[in-house]
Amino acid sequence: MKKEFIITTYSENHIGLTNRITIILTRRQVNIESLTGSESALPGIHKITIVINEEEEKVKNIVKQIDKIVDVLKAFYHTNEEMIYQEIALYKVLTKSLMESDEIEKLIRSHNARILEITPEYTVIEKTGHKEETQELFQGLNKFGVLQFIRSGRIALTRSPIEKLSEFLKERDELLEKVETRSKLRKAN
Amino acid sequence: MTTKEKETKRSQQQDVEITGSEAVIRSLIAEGAEVIFGYPGGAIMPVYDALYDYRNALRHILTRHEQGAVHAAQGYARVTGKVGVCIATSGPGATNLMTGIADAQIDSTPLVCITGQVTSGLLGTDAFQESDVVGLSMPVTKWNFQITTPEDIPEAIAKAFYIAASGRPGPVLLDITKDAQFGKLKYKYAKCHKIRSYVPEYPVNKEKLAEAATLINEAKKPFLIFGQGIMLGEAERELKGFIDKTGIPAAWTLLGLSALNSDHPLNVGMLGMHGNYGPNIKTNECDLLIAVGMRFDDRVTGTLKTYAKQAKIIHIEIDPAEINKNVKTDVALLGDAKKILRLLTHIVSPNKHKEWVKEFKQAHAIEDKKVIQSDLYPKKPGLTMGEVVRRVSEYTKNKAVIVSDVGQHQMATARYSKFTQPRSHITSGGLGTMGYGLPAAIGAKLGEPNREVVVFAGDGGFQMTIQELGTIAQEKLGVKMVILNNHFLGMVRQWQELFFEKRYSFTEILSPDFVKVADAYGIPGNHVSDRDKLDDAIKVMFETEGPYLLEVNIEKDDNVFPMVPAGASVSDILLSPEDATK
Repeated sequence: MKKEFIITTYSENHIGLTNRITIILTRRQVNIESLTGSESALPGIHKITIVINEEEEKVKNIVKQIDKIVDVLKAFYHTNEEMIYQEIALYKVLTKSLMESDEIEKLIRSHNARILEITPEYTVIEKTGHKEETQELFQGLNKFGVLQFIRSGRIALTRSPIEKLSEFLKERDELLEKVETRSKLRKAN
Repeated sequence: MTTKEKETKRSQQQDVEITGSEAVIRSLIAEGAEVIFGYPGGAIMPVYDALYDYRNALRHILTRHEQGAVHAAQGYARVTGKVGVCIATSGPGATNLMTGIADAQIDSTPLVCITGQVTSGLLGTDAFQESDVVGLSMPVTKWNFQITTPEDIPEAIAKAFYIAASGRPGPVLLDITKDAQFGKLKYKYAKCHKIRSYVPEYPVNKEKLAEAATLINEAKKPFLIFGQGIMLGEAERELKGFIDKTGIPAAWTLLGLSALNSDHPLNVGMLGMHGNYGPNIKTNECDLLIAVGMRFDDRVTGTLKTYAKQAKIIHIEIDPAEINKNVKTDVALLGDAKKILRLLTHIVSPNKHKEWVKEFKQAHAIEDKKVIQSDLYPKKPGLTMGEVVRRVSEYTKNKAVIVSDVGQHQMATARYSKFTQPRSHITSGGLGTMGYGLPAAIGAKLGEPNREVVVFAGDGGFQMTIQELGTIAQEKLGVKMVILNNHFLGMVRQWQELFFEKRYSFTEILSPDFVKVADAYGIPGNHVSDRDKLDDAIKVMFETEGPYLLEVNIEKDDNVFPMVPAGASVSDILLSPEDATK
C-alpha cells in the first residue's frame, strides 16, 4: 500500500548531487511530492529532505540506491509519525478584501497565521503547519480571492534528542579504518 | 635507462610546476596505467599534447571511434583486473562513450573515462562541441566530476581510480575543461585510500556467518550460483575450496563464466535464459540456494513469482543495494566474497551430496541427448555455432581468452567454450551491447599479449564496430576473429520464429565479404562452410602470426536451446522448438 514517506540524506555539498538523487526516483517512476535542501548543523554537510508517496518495499530499495551514491554519507527513510515536520505557506490577498470585513482577520487568528507585509494594494500572510493546515487556510482565504500562493517543501527532524551527525562521522571513520579493501591489501603485499 | 624508464621517472617528480594536462598524464602513470584508449579532438588536445612526451611510458591506442575506445578499455579491465582508461574529446567524442560507460556500469567494470570540455567560461553557452557530459553520464557512472581548475586534477584522478576499483567496481567519468588543462599547478600526487561518504565494503558479520553455516550444514539439496563477483573479488580459489569441502554443485551466470574450471566435477553449467537444463530446473528443487557475487538478473531468474520459492536463500554480496532487490534472502552476508567464502569454508562441515549431484548429471544427460549432441555433432550438413566454438576452444586447449559479441553466437560461445583460467571470458552481459566484441578483444589482447585472444561475433554485431579492424591493423594485434555468419540478426530472428509467428521483420541482413574487408586492412582471413574443412581453417588461423579473420557460414535455422522464454519460470525451460509450440 502506498503511503507518505520522508527520505532524509546527509551528503557532501557537491554540484549535481541533487540531480543524482532525483534521477534514482524518476527512473523508478516515483513522483517527488516535495524536496528541500539546506546545510546541516555540521558545516559542509548538506541535508536533503524528500517526500514521496510509495510502497515501503520500494522506498527501502530507493533509499539503498541513494545511500550507494559516492557523495552521500547516509540516507534514511521515516514515516510521518516518526518525524516532526513542518511546511510554510505564503498567501497574497487584496488589502481591500482585508479591510472590507473582519472575515480574513478571523481566519488569520483561528489558523495561527500572521501578516508579513501590508501595502495599500496587497497583504501577505504566512502560515506554518502541515499541508492539510496550510491548505485549509488557502481554501478559507480563497473565498476572498488569493492573488498568489506558495508552499515550501517539507522540513523534518527525527524524534531523537540530538542530531548524532558528529558521532556518525566518527563511527564512519572507524568503519573505514577497519575495512581492508583490496587496494589496501595489495598495498600491504 | 630506456626512454620509457626516463619518462616514468620524470612523471614521478613531485612539487614541480606543470600544466593541468601534464598532470593528467602523470597521474595516470602514478595509478599504474600502462595502456590507454582514445581519440583526440579539440577540447582534449592539450592532454594529447602532454601525452606526446610520455608516449613510451603510457601506450596510447588510437581506436577508430570512441565507442571502440571505451569497449577496448572494458576488455582490458576485464582480463587484467586493472582499471581501464579511455580518453575522448568534448561533445560527440564524449557522447560516443556513453554506450560503453552504461555497459561498464551494469557489468561492474572498473573504468576511468576522461573527456575534454570547453573552457569553463563557455560552459552552458552551447559552445562548439559542448554537451553536458556530467549530466549525460550521471545515471550510468558510479561517480563523475567536472574539473575546472588545474589544482584539482591530481586529487580527482586519485579519487576516480579509487572509486572505480574498490567495492563493487564501476565506471567513473572526469570531464576536464580546456582552461584546466592549459592552466598550471604545483604537481604533487597522493593515492586515495578513503572517502568519508563512501563505504566500499562492510566487515563480515560473524553472527550472520554462523547462521549461513547452519543452513549449509542442514541442507539436503544445496545449490550454489555465482556471478562475476567471484572474479571481481579475486575469490576463485576460495570458491573452489568451498565447493570441494561441501560437495555443493555450482552453476554460473554469463559473467561468472571462467571463474571455475569448466571441467571441475561440481561445475554444473550455466544459469538463465539459455543456460543449462539442470541448473535451471534444480533452482526450483533445491532446499538451499547460495548466491555469490551475482544480482539475480531477470535473464537468470525468469519470473520471480516462482523463483526458488521452496528454498532458503543465502546472498553473499558486496553491494548492499542488491540485497533483497529482486529476491528476498534469508541470510544476507554483506561484504567481500573472498573473505566470506574463506571464513565460511572453515566453519562448514564436509559433505558429498552424492545423490543430489547425481540429479544434475541426469538432467545433463537429458540436455545432452536433446540439445548438445546435435549442436556439437550435427548430422545435417550445415555448420552449427556450437561445433565451431567447441573446435576453437579445444584447439587452444581451453586456455584462450574468449570474447563474444551479443546474440545467438554469444550464447553458443558461453555454452560450448571451455575454460581453465579465470578472467578468460569477456562479453557484454547486462546491457547486451552489440558491437562490444571486436573492440573488447583489442583491449583483451593488450591486457594479455601472450595468450590467444579469440573473438566470436555475429554478422550483425561485427558490423556495428567493424571500423576497429583499422585499430587491429595499425597496432598489429594478434586478435583471432571468428564471424559466425548466418545472414540474419539471429537472436531476433529466433524470437520472431518462436513468439512472433515467423514474421521476420527486418532481420535479414546483407553483409560484405568480411574476408575482403579484412584484406583491405592487410589482415589475412578465410571463409569456411564445410565441416570437413573446419579444423584445417582453425589450424591455419592460429598458425598465422598476428590478426586473422575467419568467416564461418552457419546454418540459419541453428537456434539456441534450451530456452526459458522471457517472463516464464526457470522450471519451464524449453529443450527444443517443439516444446515451444506445445
